[in-house]
Amino acid sequence: MALYNNNFKSRWALLLRNGLIIAFLVLFALATIFPIYFMIISSFGDPVEAGAMSYSILPGKISFESYKFFFNFNQYTYDWLLNSLIVAACITVSNVLFATLAGYSFAKMNFKGKNVLFAILLGSMMIPGQVTQVPLYILMVNVFELQNTYTALIMPSLVTVYNIFLVKQFMSSIPKEVIEAAKIEGCSQPKIFWYIIMPLSKTVMAVLAILTFMAAWNDFFWPFLVTNTMDMQTIQVGLKNFRFANTTYFAPMMAGATISAVPMFVLFFSLQKYFLEGVTVGAVKG
Amino acid sequence: MNQTLTKRKKLRLESDSGWGYAFIAVALIAFCLFTAYPVINAFIISLQEYRPLGSNYVGLENFKETFTDNLFWKSLKNTLVYTLLTVPMNIFLSFLIAILIIPFKKRTQTVFKAIYYLPAVASGVALAVVWLWIFDPLKSGIFNQLVSIFGISNQNWLGASATAMFSLVLMSWLSSHGTAIIIYLAALLGIDNSYYEAADIDGANFFQKLWYIVIPFLKPTTLFLLVTGVIGSFQVFQNAYLMTGGGPDHATTMVGLLIFNNAFTYFEFGKAAAQSLILAAIIAVISFIQFKFLGNDVEY
Repeated sequence: MALYNNNFKSRWALLLRNGLIIAFLVLFALATIFPIYFMIISSFGDPVEAGAMSYSILPGKISFESYKFFFNFNQYTYDWLLNSLIVAACITVSNVLFATLAGYSFAKMNFKGKNVLFAILLGSMMIPGQVTQVPLYILMVNVFELQNTYTALIMPSLVTVYNIFLVKQFMSSIPKEVIEAAKIEGCSQPKIFWYIIMPLSKTVMAVLAILTFMAAWNDFFWPFLVTNTMDMQTIQVGLKNFRFANTTYFAPMMAGATISAVPMFVLFFSLQKYFLEGVTVGAVKG
Repeated sequence: MNQTLTKRKKLRLESDSGWGYAFIAVALIAFCLFTAYPVINAFIISLQEYRPLGSNYVGLENFKETFTDNLFWKSLKNTLVYTLLTVPMNIFLSFLIAILIIPFKKRTQTVFKAIYYLPAVASGVALAVVWLWIFDPLKSGIFNQLVSIFGISNQNWLGASATAMFSLVLMSWLSSHGTAIIIYLAALLGIDNSYYEAADIDGANFFQKLWYIVIPFLKPTTLFLLVTGVIGSFQVFQNAYLMTGGGPDHATTMVGLLIFNNAFTYFEFGKAAAQSLILAAIIAVISFIQFKFLGNDVEY
């Protein structure tokens, strides 16, 4: 017995109920993915100006002319993708490494001021991004004079508090006897981390890597603020530039949007388990 | 002798001072440099009229200006309207969907979860670009075609003050529930079957089970989604920035967008910093109220 009563007098009543539920779920699912579907099928249209075409929500012919149009927009289109990849990859690697280290330290090690420090970190998550935005911009651009560099794109996201929190939550479930046993055997902390903690934490590290990579790839405002030449921009900023430069070219714009979104779709469908797990790790109290 | 040995051993087991600090060093430096220092600096900048070479101290002038600025109040109202229209609706939809997914097999659940989560994976800029075309004001626009079925004439969805906010709200309804659905599902699966069995023995029907078992059990989850939803919603401005630019006639200017414009369009850093602190205070107060009134039996 569960929430639903499955003891119907006739089989048909059960089928009817489940059918109605499925119909509703499918309808809502269609509404949810329609924009994405629309984006992808429209990107295969011809690169003509909007006035000369009509929208179709059914797949018509498949042409890659709009993708060519997008890549020929200027010489930097490939750079945008490369920049996004470099920035997202660096942020991911540094987050996985440093958030795992810090998360382990906060979860399983004893040192003075640990709880106070962790409380400060947690508290800082409540501060809206707008508060740090302006001072951070002044720091990176006016003080460090790092405008238009990979450093400026990567540094502020080096390791996020949320990721540390995620790792700490996960590591709390590792029994402390394992670590104590290793210590009695004379194992040093770096060795414990490398040989015991890391192998036990593969899941949380994968979840963290995926969510971080996705956030970095999709980030728009920070790259938009600290870059001012085409060759340093990421794909998201480039897509916005393309939109403003070609306000009437519908299909190429959809091609650009598809290019900016598809790498994440591929990642999502191949590593779905970790994505969906990642959503709940931080939310359900551990 | 023996005692000192155990003492030393105990110390070695319980204190990891050196390595403990070493492991958090990078995180701590990054935090100080990119979060703590900017937060402190935000207070200083908010008291200044910012100039790249030597700022003037102006006291609380930026705050005074903000509170007498009609646009600030309008943007606050817009933010509030947007929050009230999106957050409760998104929570309700997510709850409904999660409840409806539950009776099916795990495979079916996963397929639906994946579909509903997909917009969260797509980049915000890509989605904004697509929705911009869906809301195309011409008669051939997708959304105009859809509403014409119901006999509504074509609208300039994003370009008219009356419909611009609604358009952004609609976009939120259809693209930001994936996370909440997954969180609700996880919580629903955590309810022990014995509760339902006991209810069955008492002859409870589906809605009674929903009301007396499911909703009380999911209260912490709902509170979590509500608080994070409101916090997120108060900072939202990417869609408004990319799709309407805050217009028409500031009908979609949210506080987040106002701050962004003050900072990076007009380069009034002092004013922007002051407004961001006001926003932080408002968010803090609202979160506190939510915990106070809804969280009295919820522990975190």
